[in-house]
Amino acid sequence: MLLNQFLLLAAFLFCTGIYGVLTRKHAVLVLMSIELMLAAVNINLVAFGAFHNSVVGQVFALFVLTIAAAEVGVGLAIVLLIYRNLHSSDLDDADVLKG
Amino acid sequence: MVAENIFFGIIAAAMVISALGVVTTKNVVHAALFLVIVLAGGAAQFILLGQEFVAWVQVLVYIGAVIVLFLFGIMLTRAPMHPDADLGNDLRWPAAAAALFLLGILGGLLVHTFHGTEVGLERPIRTVDVTNAIFRVYIIPFEVVGVLLLGALVGAVVLARRD
Repeated sequence: MLLNQFLLLAAFLFCTGIYGVLTRKHAVLVLMSIELMLAAVNINLVAFGAFHNSVVGQVFALFVLTIAAAEVGVGLAIVLLIYRNLHSSDLDDADVLKG
Repeated sequence: MVAENIFFGIIAAAMVISALGVVTTKNVVHAALFLVIVLAGGAAQFILLGQEFVAWVQVLVYIGAVIVLFLFGIMLTRAPMHPDADLGNDLRWPAAAAALFLLGILGGLLVHTFHGTEVGLERPIRTVDVTNAIFRVYIIPFEVVGVLLLGALVGAVVLARRD
């Protein structure tokens, strides 16, 4: 297997995540797109770990997984709070700080 | 070697189609289910690379916990379920241009740098090596991540509490 096939797949997933973050209005869908980007980074880390024949890539992929879980927990709590206060999970409605 | 590449192609095609589904589908629940396919495909790629432990952790943590959390979030915020709901803003073409621009730069750089580099382990990495690395070399980052998880837990409870 070529190293590049994994890296190009990860690059595609990352760019798809960026497109999702920029175009989606619903807050949960934006969080899902961020998860897509984190999964792409994990593929990169694991591919480079296999390339260098070491466990380090795997260890850091585990750290990324942990941070992603924490991020989803806090992110969904914030989304719930926005929904409770604004009665909408549309990110375009959350413009209280707009000048 | 050929079998590995065939499996890679099948899984990668499923992942690409599902990733596009996550960012374009009109149904919020379908987006979560497409995300399941992408993450399961990622776990399969990890197994292809001989890194078993992180693959199963990905299945347990992402598919087991994070997706369930997403489904809870979708239901608690009463996401629009009808198929003609307006889920996107008017930035579609600029966003597509930005994503394609970044993909072009990344792809060009990767093809230029790692042209023809082979990857593949002689044998899969054992879980005991991973745990030795975590608990001997990376013990301090591990403890810091534990404290961070505790902070995230307390923060999520405080934020979502009704008072």
